[in-house]
Amino acid sequence: MNEATPMSPRPSSASTANISRPGDTTPPGAPERPAPQAPGTPRTGAGSAGRPRQGLKARLMKPRTGGLLVLAVVVAVLPAFLQNAFHYDVAIQIGFNAIVAIGLNLLIGYCGQISLGHAGFLGVGAYFSAITVTNFGWPPLLSLVVAAVVVGLLAFVIARPILRLKGHYLAMATLGIGLIISIILNQEAQLTGGPDGMIVDPFTVFGFEFKKPWHWYSLVGGLLVIAAWLSLNIIDSPVGRALRAVHGSEVAAEVVGVDTTRYKVMIFVVSAVFASVVGSLGAHYIMFLSPQEASFFHSVELVIMVVLGGMASTFGAVVGAATLTALPQFLTFLEDYEHLIFGLILMLVMIFLPKGVVPSLAALFKRGGEK
Amino acid sequence: MSLLTVDTLVKEFGGVRAIDDLSFTIDPGTIHSIIGPNGAGKTTLFNLVTGVYTPTFGTVQFNGEPVTGKKPYELAARGMSRTFQNLQICMNMTALENVLVGRHLHLDGRLLPSLFRLPRIVRGDRAAEDMGRELMAFVGLEKYFDWDADAMPYGALKRLEIARALAAEPKLLLLDEPAAGLNDVESREIDNVIKKVAESGVTVVLVEHDMKMVMEISDHILVLDYGRKLTEGTPQEVRQNPDVIAAYLGQVA
Amino acid sequence: MLGEFIQYLFSGLTSGAIYALVGLGFALIYNASHVINFAQGEFVMLGGMGTVFLAAAGVPLPLAVVVAIIGTACVGFALEKLAVEQTKNASVVTLIIITIGASIVLRGAAQVLFDKQFHTLPAFSGDEPINVLGATITSQTLWVLGITALIVVVLQWFFNRTLLGKAILATSVNPLAAKLVGINVSFVLLLSFGMSAALGAIAGVLITPITSTNFEVGIMLGLKGFSAAILGGLGNPFGAVIGGLILGIVEAFGAGYISSEYKDAMAFIIILLALFFMPSGLFGKKGTERV
Repeated sequence: MNEATPMSPRPSSASTANISRPGDTTPPGAPERPAPQAPGTPRTGAGSAGRPRQGLKARLMKPRTGGLLVLAVVVAVLPAFLQNAFHYDVAIQIGFNAIVAIGLNLLIGYCGQISLGHAGFLGVGAYFSAITVTNFGWPPLLSLVVAAVVVGLLAFVIARPILRLKGHYLAMATLGIGLIISIILNQEAQLTGGPDGMIVDPFTVFGFEFKKPWHWYSLVGGLLVIAAWLSLNIIDSPVGRALRAVHGSEVAAEVVGVDTTRYKVMIFVVSAVFASVVGSLGAHYIMFLSPQEASFFHSVELVIMVVLGGMASTFGAVVGAATLTALPQFLTFLEDYEHLIFGLILMLVMIFLPKGVVPSLAALFKRGGEK
Repeated sequence: MSLLTVDTLVKEFGGVRAIDDLSFTIDPGTIHSIIGPNGAGKTTLFNLVTGVYTPTFGTVQFNGEPVTGKKPYELAARGMSRTFQNLQICMNMTALENVLVGRHLHLDGRLLPSLFRLPRIVRGDRAAEDMGRELMAFVGLEKYFDWDADAMPYGALKRLEIARALAAEPKLLLLDEPAAGLNDVESREIDNVIKKVAESGVTVVLVEHDMKMVMEISDHILVLDYGRKLTEGTPQEVRQNPDVIAAYLGQVA
Repeated sequence: MLGEFIQYLFSGLTSGAIYALVGLGFALIYNASHVINFAQGEFVMLGGMGTVFLAAAGVPLPLAVVVAIIGTACVGFALEKLAVEQTKNASVVTLIIITIGASIVLRGAAQVLFDKQFHTLPAFSGDEPINVLGATITSQTLWVLGITALIVVVLQWFFNRTLLGKAILATSVNPLAAKLVGINVSFVLLLSFGMSAALGAIAGVLITPITSTNFEVGIMLGLKGFSAAILGGLGNPFGAVIGGLILGIVEAFGAGYISSEYKDAMAFIIILLALFFMPSGLFGKKGTERV
C-alpha cells in the first residue's frame, strides 16, 4: 500500500490540498473558518487548529490509554481478592474467554460479520496442540504457534467463499463449518479420543512447567492485556476504520478504495487465530480436552459474550466474557432451575440493553457511548 | 484525450433495459452534468461507471484504460470517487472518521503495522486527520469534526460524503444529487464547493435535479431518457432542445 | 438393492418432512418479522413432551395432542409479545441472542416441568409394518408424510386465497405499507409466531413415535430446520419445504451408502456447497443492491 505524505501534491493530478485557495471567498451563509492551507506553504497553526490539543486528561479518557490502564490495574490487583483455587480458576477461565471474545468482537462488533462457528477454530487449535504435544512430544509453545498458523490458514481458505454471504446466510455457513469441525472431532476417535475426550500434557516453556494457579493467572492476565492492546490498536487505525466502514456501509467503503473482501477475510483470520491460541492454552490448562470445546454451544456462548458485553467495544467483550463465565457459578445453587434463570437473565439484558452492557452504560455517562 | 469513455453501454434488470446503448465521453477538467426525468437511468449509470453494477453489454474506459467489470475499490485506486443519492454514510463512526475512510488509499492498510501501531501508522493518521479537518472545513462542516455521524443533520451528511470522496484525491468525482433535500442557501454553498473542486483540476460529473444549479455550473450536459441519450451539449444548447422540453414536461398532446 | 434404496428414500422423506415443518416455522417468522427464531426447535420439543405428559396424566391421546399444540402456540404468542415486541431497533445479532435465550429458557422449563428422560408415544395407527417394493415402512411414516403434505396444501391455500394470509404476505414485503393500508401488523406478527409454534409442535407430535423425545431434542431439529429454511432461500416458505426434504434425503442416503457417522456433517456440507454457488439459497430473492 502506498502511504503518500498526505499533503504533498500528487504528480499526476491536482492534490486536494489546493482545491481551496486562500483567495476564495467563504460561501454565503457558512460560518467563518480558518482558510485552508495553500500548497507548499509550511504547516502553521492554521492547518492544525482544528485538532484539539490532547492533555493528559484527554489521553486518559481514550480507551487505548486510559481503558488499557484500568484493565491492567484490575488484572494486577485482582489476585488480592482471590481466596482459593476455585476463585483463581474462574478468573483464569474469564481471561481465556475474554481473549476469544476480544478477537470475535473485531469480527462481529466492528466488521459486522457474524460467526456461529468460532468454537470450531478454538477446537482445532486445542486439538492440534493436545495431539502434537501429548502424542508426538512437540514442545507446547511450538505446537501453539504452529496450531495458530494452521488455524489461520484454515480460516483464510474458508473465509473467501463464506464471507461473500450476508446476514443469516453467513450465520448458517459459519454454523455449518463449526458443526462439521465438531462432528469430525467427535468421530475421529483414534486421534482425538472421540466424545470421551483426551488427556493433555501440561504446558511447559523451556523446562518451566505452568502448574500453580498464579502461573496461569499471570500468563492469561498478561495475554489478556496484550490482546486488548492489539484490538484497540487495530480499531484506531486504517485497518480498523476499513473494518468499521464495511459494517457501516460496504458500498461506501468500496468506492473510496477499501477492498472489503480482503478486510473481512483478514479479520476473520485474526479472530480465528485468537481463538486458536486460547484453545491451545486452555487444553494444557485443564489438561483434558473434549469435543465440547468445539461445539455449537460454545460458539454461541462466545457470540453471547460479545453481544452481551457490547458490540464494537473491546472492554465490552471483556465484561461480557466475565459475566457469562461467572454467572453460571453464581447460579449453581438454583440446581435444576439454573438454565431457566440463566436464559431469563440473558433475554432480559438483551431486551433492555440491546446494545450490550458497556455501551449502554457508557451512553448514560456521555452521549454517543464508547467508540 | 477523454478521461472517461462509455461505449454502447447496456444494463438490463430482468429484461428491462435501464441503460440502453449509451455512449458518451467526458473530458478532463470539466463539470459535466447528467440530467433526465426520474427513472431515466442516471443513478444506474453512476453505478455502472463506478463498478457497483456490472454492465450487461458495452465498455467503460477510464484514463485510457479499459475498466469494464472492475470492482469499485479497483476503480477508486485508479482515481474515481463518488457520492450517493441515498446517503451511504458509516453511521457507526464519527464525521471525521468517515472522511478518514476516504483517505484509505493513501494510508498503510496492511494488518501488521496497524496491529502494533507502528510509528508510520501514527504519523499517517495524524496527517490524515489534519487533512480530513481541512476538507470538512472546506465543505462547511467545521462544527461537526467529532460528531457521531448518526447525530448529524441530513444536509451536513450530504457534504460529509463530498469531503469523504475528496479525501481520496480523485481524478474523477461523481456526485449523485449533491443538492437534493438542501435549502437554497445550502445549495449555493454546494455550488461553490463543486466549482472550487473543478477549478483545482478534478473532473466532476454531476447528477442533479436542481436545474438552476446545473445550468449555472455545467460546462457540458448529457440528457438521458429511458436509459438512452436524448441529447448532449452546452447548457445553452440543451436548454433550447425541444426533445428535452418534451421529456421534462411530458409529450405535448 | 431396490428395497434398500426405497428404505433410505422413505427414511429420508420422513426426517425431511419434519425438517420441512420446522423450516416452515423459521420462514413464517422470518417473513413477518425478519427475526431468525432459534427457539423453533424447542417448539418441536414442547409438542412432543407436552403430549407425552398430558397422555401420562390420563388425558385421551387425541385431546392431549390438541392441547399440546395449542399450548405450544401460546408459548409462541408469549415469545412474540413478551420478548420480540419489546425490542426496539435491536440489531439482528441481538435478536438472535434473544431467541437463543428463549430456547435456553424453554429447555430449562421443560427440564423442571417434565424431566430429563427419553419418552415415546404409541404410533397413531399401530406398529404393523408395511412392505413397499422390498422396503419395510412403518405406518407412522405415512402419517408424517401425509400430514406434512396436508399442511403445505393448507398453507398454500391460506396465503393465496384468504385475506389474512395475503395480509401476512403484504406485511413481509413491506411492513410500513401494510400498516398504511390498514393491516394490523402487530397482530400479523403475533399470528406468525403462534402459527410457527403450532407447526413445530405438530412436527414434534408426529416424530415422537419414531425417534422418541426429551427436553434436548429441539437443539438439532432447530438447526436442521434453520438449515432447511436457508437452503430453500429465506423468506420462501415452500423453499423451506423443498430444502427440508433435500436435507432429509441427503442425510438418509449419505448415512446408508457412505458413512452413518458423518450423516449430520453431510447435510451441512451440502448446504455450504449450495450457498457457495447460490448465496441466497435455492429459491431466495436475488435482487441487486440499490444504492
